[in-house]
Amino acid sequence: MAEHQHAHIEHPDMYDPESSKIGMWLFIFTELLLFGGLFIVYSVYRYLNADAFHLAAEELNTFIGAFNTVILLVSSMTIAMSTTALQKGHKKVAIALLVITFLIGIGFLVNKYIEWGVKFSHGIWPGSEQMLNEMSQGEILFFGLYFVMTGLHALHIIVGLIIMGFAMRGVANGKVNAKRPSLLDNCGLYWHLVDLIWIFLFPLFYLIH
Amino acid sequence: MHTTNAVNGANYLTYQGKYKGLLGWIFSTDHKRIGLLYLYSIATMFATGVLLGLAMKFELLAPGKTIMDAQTYNATFTVHGVIMIFMVVVPGLPAVFGNLMMPIMIGAKDVAFPKLNLLSWWLYIAGVVLVLCALLFGSGTPDTGWTFYAPYSFKTGTNLLPAVFGAFVLGFSSILTGLNFLVTIHRLRCPGMKWTKLPLFVWTLYGTAWIQLLATPVVGITLVLVALERVFGVGVFDPALGGDPVLYQHLFWIYSHPAVYIMILPAMGAISEIIPTFSQKHIFGYKAIIASTLAIAFVGYLVWGHHMFTAGMSGTAQYYFSLLTFIVAIPSAIKVFNWISTMYKGSINIQTPFYWAVSFIFVFMVGGLSGLVLGALATDIYVHDTAFVVAHFHYIVFGGTGFAFFAAMHYWFPKIFGRMYDKAWANIGWLVFFIGFLALYSPMFYLGMMGMPRRYYDYLEEFHGGNILSTLGSWVLVTGFIIIVVNLVRSARKGPPAEMNPWHSKTLEWTVTSPPPVLNFEKEPVLGEKDGPYNYD
Repeated sequence: MAEHQHAHIEHPDMYDPESSKIGMWLFIFTELLLFGGLFIVYSVYRYLNADAFHLAAEELNTFIGAFNTVILLVSSMTIAMSTTALQKGHKKVAIALLVITFLIGIGFLVNKYIEWGVKFSHGIWPGSEQMLNEMSQGEILFFGLYFVMTGLHALHIIVGLIIMGFAMRGVANGKVNAKRPSLLDNCGLYWHLVDLIWIFLFPLFYLIH
Repeated sequence: MHTTNAVNGANYLTYQGKYKGLLGWIFSTDHKRIGLLYLYSIATMFATGVLLGLAMKFELLAPGKTIMDAQTYNATFTVHGVIMIFMVVVPGLPAVFGNLMMPIMIGAKDVAFPKLNLLSWWLYIAGVVLVLCALLFGSGTPDTGWTFYAPYSFKTGTNLLPAVFGAFVLGFSSILTGLNFLVTIHRLRCPGMKWTKLPLFVWTLYGTAWIQLLATPVVGITLVLVALERVFGVGVFDPALGGDPVLYQHLFWIYSHPAVYIMILPAMGAISEIIPTFSQKHIFGYKAIIASTLAIAFVGYLVWGHHMFTAGMSGTAQYYFSLLTFIVAIPSAIKVFNWISTMYKGSINIQTPFYWAVSFIFVFMVGGLSGLVLGALATDIYVHDTAFVVAHFHYIVFGGTGFAFFAAMHYWFPKIFGRMYDKAWANIGWLVFFIGFLALYSPMFYLGMMGMPRRYYDYLEEFHGGNILSTLGSWVLVTGFIIIVVNLVRSARKGPPAEMNPWHSKTLEWTVTSPPPVLNFEKEPVLGEKDGPYNYD
């Protein structure tokens, strides 16, 4: 905590919730453009290989995908409720809602693990014998993009969970409170972003036929 | 301010924080110290890049093998490019002078997120180390060129992965700096510092920060895809699996063309500070410069296709990209007219920064106009992939950004170190450097027109004369560089103490002591109605 005192000498009273909110939104822009590059790649190859993408999409389990969509939407709600609870000063409610959100995030990853596991057991992974020998180029691209995009998204879920862990600790020890809610607010914003990206990934891979 | 008493009298160079010595620097969240950390690290990488460039020019002194074989030459220009682009000119002015000066110029104590700022520097160092790993370990130095074009980037047997990952990390550092500056400029301006009173260097940093933020992630994901392609064979850029290598080029240039403006916009900003100061006159067309800055930042996104005229693209797309390329030249020209009009009837005070600024305008104009030769479809077919492109590119990036960097260095040096350099030696250094620059790159325009391809370690006998002149130029340029560096390093330690405002400038950084105090201002500055960055009357 000496570090904190040191920072205090150099930067008296730098806390500005508005700044951290703007900063978070700007970071979200960069994340959107990161996935934006992938969406361009996806749309180009979908346009060039419409039939193969259609065929490959049949392989995916729409039920698990839909289930994950629903629970992720619910988790967005619970983290928003947690933010509101903190604003109203209900610390315990805020923590409980964060724990629920966290568990849903874990649940999402478990489903993802099952989904990927099934693909692997069918011999489908980037560069596998099965893919190279039996699939058309369009299908190879579909699954290549499927693993890259859902994998990158899962990585974002993990980062979101880590941030949530810090937010939980902050709320628990009182450093994140109704007057200094930035960490929890930003954690919520990030989680909504992760949710939003999934809202796009789900129809692109599972629903469009 | 309630805490300033504790540090009264100490400036940021001598202030003793929590840590002593080196640790007091590499863990400092003071924007000025971070700026100096960037200066030293970028200068080191620049010197490395210069040495590699010197080696390439030596190889081209005579046809055939002179000092290195083809593979070594390929690796040398790749590493030269990666170092100079990702580690020198992209961070260059924003990370060094943006950090050192921007918060003071807007009347703030620091940037909005000081710890994030320090993290940016650490990420920069991490990126540098990763790229160096690619050079020193594994199966050979990368030989793809700095553009990592597919499919060669995942077919080459060299150790490319760390280099690609390093470029990704450097991009992340750049994004965080941009984010920090945007929030700082929005939130931390002092009372009275309206948007219409912001110094132009700050405005160009603002435009640059938006490009850093919105363009860098695209190249980030593209580099991730190349890495995944190499490790797993995903297929997105591999024609054997249905992927399209031209799509890689699109994604790469969607970032890398705007990145050219990341390099040049802050350079234009620094020149826009120096010209009015040494003309002692209000900048001509303040709002036109702001508008052209934002126009460059915006239109610069839409011209990437002109890097790919010969790579396979529909005629319609070619017309579109060519037209937009001509349009993006207009705001740059507006700035040149503004600088020259500012000098007109000013009380010109010829000093080293002014020499650099004026030579900047000259080389920037040559570079810009030769860019139009490449932006026009018919002539591009003729000169693409020749030494002409190399000449154009170095006139803009080295002549533009590099000269502006030296201009800014000589302009803000007394403020940064609190000491003045030897002006006579600084002028000699500039002259030698300038002559060397012209001799090094001008022959390449001619060689390119005559058909000498770039990126070859060998050439036909008929190109010998031009290459000899170019190589001699590289030696003169390096001599100039050594003079400049020795003079600055010596002066930073032993030069005579500098005044608070040696150039009689009007921007806020000249109202504080040299070097600035730890918290920048004893008392928060307030701008009155009549104050402004260029009000010289």
